[in-house]
Amino acid sequence: MQTILSVKHLSISFGVGHKVVDDISFTINAGETFALVGESGSGKSVTALSVLRLLPQQAKLQAEAIDLQNENLLRQPEIEFCKIRGKRIGFIFQDPMSSLNPVMSIGDQIEEALTEHSIAVANTKQRVLELLKQVELPNPEQKIKAYPHQLSGGQRQRVMIAIALASEPNLLIADEPTTALDVTIQAQILVLLKKIQQQTNMALWLISHDLALVSTMADRIAVMQQGKIVETGLCHDLFNHPQHVYTQKLLAALPAMQSCLRKPGAETPVLLEVKQFCCYYPIRKGIFQRVVDYVKAVDDVSFKLQRGKTLALVGESGCGKTTLGKGLLNLIAGNKGQVLLDGIDLATLTGKQLRQKRSDMQIVFQDPFSSMNPRMLVGDIIAEGLLSLHPDVDAYNRQQKVARLLGQVGLPLESSGRYPHEFSGGQRQRICIARALAVEPKLIICDEPTSALDVSVQAQIIVLLKKLQQEQGLSYLFITHNLAVVAEIADEVAVMYKGKIIEFGNVEQVLTQPQHSYTQKLLAAVPELKRQ
Amino acid sequence: MVILWTDALIYFLLAVIGIFGFYLRDKVHIKRPLYQLGNSVTAMVSLVVLMFFLVIGLLDSIHYKSVTNPNHDIVSLLDEMLTPLREHNEKTYSAPLSAFLYSKEMMALPDGSQQWNYPRLSFGGAHLQNPAEERVTDVAIKAVVGLTGGAVLVFLLMLLCGLLFKAKRQQLFGRQSALAVWFSVLVLTALSCCLMYLSLFYHVFGTDKVGEDVFYQTLKSIRTGLVIGTLTTLVMLPMAISFGIVAGYFRGWLDDIIQYLYTTLNSIPSVLLIAASILTVQVYMANHEQAYTSVLVRSDTRLLFLCLILGITSWTGLCRLLRAETLKLREMEYVQAAQALGVTHITILWRHILPNVMHIVLISVVLDFSALVLAEAVLSYINIGVDPTTYSWGNMINGARLEMAREPVVWWSLAASFIFMFTLVLAANLFADKVRDAFDPRQAQR
Repeated sequence: MQTILSVKHLSISFGVGHKVVDDISFTINAGETFALVGESGSGKSVTALSVLRLLPQQAKLQAEAIDLQNENLLRQPEIEFCKIRGKRIGFIFQDPMSSLNPVMSIGDQIEEALTEHSIAVANTKQRVLELLKQVELPNPEQKIKAYPHQLSGGQRQRVMIAIALASEPNLLIADEPTTALDVTIQAQILVLLKKIQQQTNMALWLISHDLALVSTMADRIAVMQQGKIVETGLCHDLFNHPQHVYTQKLLAALPAMQSCLRKPGAETPVLLEVKQFCCYYPIRKGIFQRVVDYVKAVDDVSFKLQRGKTLALVGESGCGKTTLGKGLLNLIAGNKGQVLLDGIDLATLTGKQLRQKRSDMQIVFQDPFSSMNPRMLVGDIIAEGLLSLHPDVDAYNRQQKVARLLGQVGLPLESSGRYPHEFSGGQRQRICIARALAVEPKLIICDEPTSALDVSVQAQIIVLLKKLQQEQGLSYLFITHNLAVVAEIADEVAVMYKGKIIEFGNVEQVLTQPQHSYTQKLLAAVPELKRQ
Repeated sequence: MVILWTDALIYFLLAVIGIFGFYLRDKVHIKRPLYQLGNSVTAMVSLVVLMFFLVIGLLDSIHYKSVTNPNHDIVSLLDEMLTPLREHNEKTYSAPLSAFLYSKEMMALPDGSQQWNYPRLSFGGAHLQNPAEERVTDVAIKAVVGLTGGAVLVFLLMLLCGLLFKAKRQQLFGRQSALAVWFSVLVLTALSCCLMYLSLFYHVFGTDKVGEDVFYQTLKSIRTGLVIGTLTTLVMLPMAISFGIVAGYFRGWLDDIIQYLYTTLNSIPSVLLIAASILTVQVYMANHEQAYTSVLVRSDTRLLFLCLILGITSWTGLCRLLRAETLKLREMEYVQAAQALGVTHITILWRHILPNVMHIVLISVVLDFSALVLAEAVLSYINIGVDPTTYSWGNMINGARLEMAREPVVWWSLAASFIFMFTLVLAANLFADKVRDAFDPRQAQR
């Protein structure tokens, strides 16, 4: 088999000492899909950028050779390299929202890729249309004049793929091509990539953190940990007989759909009851800002959550699940409907009473980087709720409580005197959980608490949440798009679609015998680890 | 002791800074940024330069009725210290370190004949017998004497510090930033000693149209610059910050009102407002002559009102910036988490919003500082700036407008005010940059 890319003894460092990539070697053959897997910060994107010579200035690169079809890329002058980058090596970036130029129509952007590399085609326009058809964009004749903001995320990623394919590259590098997309869209894009690869026989270099996804796509896999490739092997072998400890650990951390097959716990009294809950955003028009219509973010939602149980709220982006979570906490205006906590209607409370009642309901956010004030010490962040809801607690007791909370979430005591940015994503999420726990809530709304984290860290956080639930009898409203996580943690599942709950039931029942066609589609799209 | 309005405000500002420092003295998390600041060479050097300006400005802010002067004029401590310089007035322009006037005059020679030539100055280089030959060597010798004197002074101070604080010797001399501080103190002291010593015999920066020493003018201008820079900020900041974050945080009708206010204020040419208020003050003072007998008191009142009106017209820019930033911050999840924890709006504004917009405040205050010093120059140009009798860089630059058109060119007024203004603004900029970096926990990690 012909070797397309061969990297030998590549090391990259930023500044002095610390090596981001440490002496790695691998080859990619024609027609195969090679996957580089690793957690965030393991150096996989930097490796890809170094092959394209797109590293930032301060990066220092050392390598014996980087060969593209037996031609050493390291010896190419920059002017020659421009003919390689984008022409012989295509690249797809992670975020389709920011990788297209917002002021150029997509037709022009694809055309630019053709003319830039002076690819001789009889009819440029015709070729652009062909490409759009190849990436299966609906109505390419009309879409050719569309601007990026008029397309959805999946459609934009298709355009990105069309641009990368325009010059018929030998190697296509896809850096987390579907991470920013919903599961159903992700499945479509992956099928598309696979199909195009078979048509053109190019090599596909897939970079991902998602082991399940990789197992459905790749022929060969290399696992990266802290800049080193710890294991390389054929997909089948690697997933069935992982050799390295790290690979084994990664596979073990993966949430499995089978875990939903467990005994449902005993019935407990209802803690939270939501009746006909709506969040409408008014659309205002005209000179007097008259309300002409509403965006129905959450539309007539009703459910019950039992004490000490977890209800998972599942849905794709934009279905209103986060709005529902924040709406229940009264963090956004424009809600209608009844929210009964312990039988008390929250809408009847005002001012001080509402503020006191807030201690029963807390929230943990998705992004551990923006959910803490960067200028406050961790101890102050955790103590904030105590200070506002229990002002009678004195400074000494407050400190004791903060120390106890840090212990509960598994952080060292001295963390309280440090700033949030000194912690990793997983540790920050622990701090956020401690902040929520500080006021001794009965219900915690977890808004995608693990989706910004690596798999192994995600597993730890889920274990922590379960432990806290057992110890303190907490209820969780767990908002997520990840069905595997749902299987791990939830007792009951509510599936949301366009602001409505379309399916509600026991976790085992919903995940194994979905009734609604949308739930079935969602489940079919989840990449499952291929094991025999 | 006479306390002018601006003096009182300066003392008030100092007191506020002092109380704030006292309040923060044993806050643990403040120590780290301060330590980082102390280790930065740039920050420490610019701080030393700022301190020099500040000390001169403060000396100039202690006013009292002169005892020696027969008219019992109000003078400042700085005036008293610069007394010979203050009174060394020539007839008209003279070049820096010159012994002659800058324009020819008809002079009566001892033999009775008349000559059209450059006359000798009455103070500058008056001790020289034959200026043409002796002047250069004399200036060089006096400069070296002044420099060495200053250097010896600093070395004595270092020695004294070393002997007095034996335990802290490593801190005083060991670190790079400490050495940089000593070095800049050395340079500045040597330079000022040299200038002071020379100014006893010469006009170091020449004289202006009415023969006043330009060096004295620039030193007196420091206080005006500092007053305009700081007092205007003092007026502007509370409005800009409170309106900006309140509008951004609460949205709704409050936002509408504040936006309406600053859009309206912005659409009125600020020069008109300033002219109106300055003229009103002048009329008021003319009607209450008995209360404003002293020239100094009059010019001080005018300076104060200039600061007030500049503050009122210049808060809109910062307010707009802060509103935009707050709009962004209020959607941050930590603000929502605080709301979920039942924290009151006021506390959220104080604890979460304000600290996170402080970097914008700091940067724009420093940029405004230089802009305000320049604005004063522009306003003096159309005669609505500070009082013409007030020494200010603006007035000096304004005067230079005619001097630059003169043949031969009189450049020293402009050069002197430019050098002082440049040093002050540059030092303030560099220092504020470092302060911002040090107090940003995300930056501090690196």
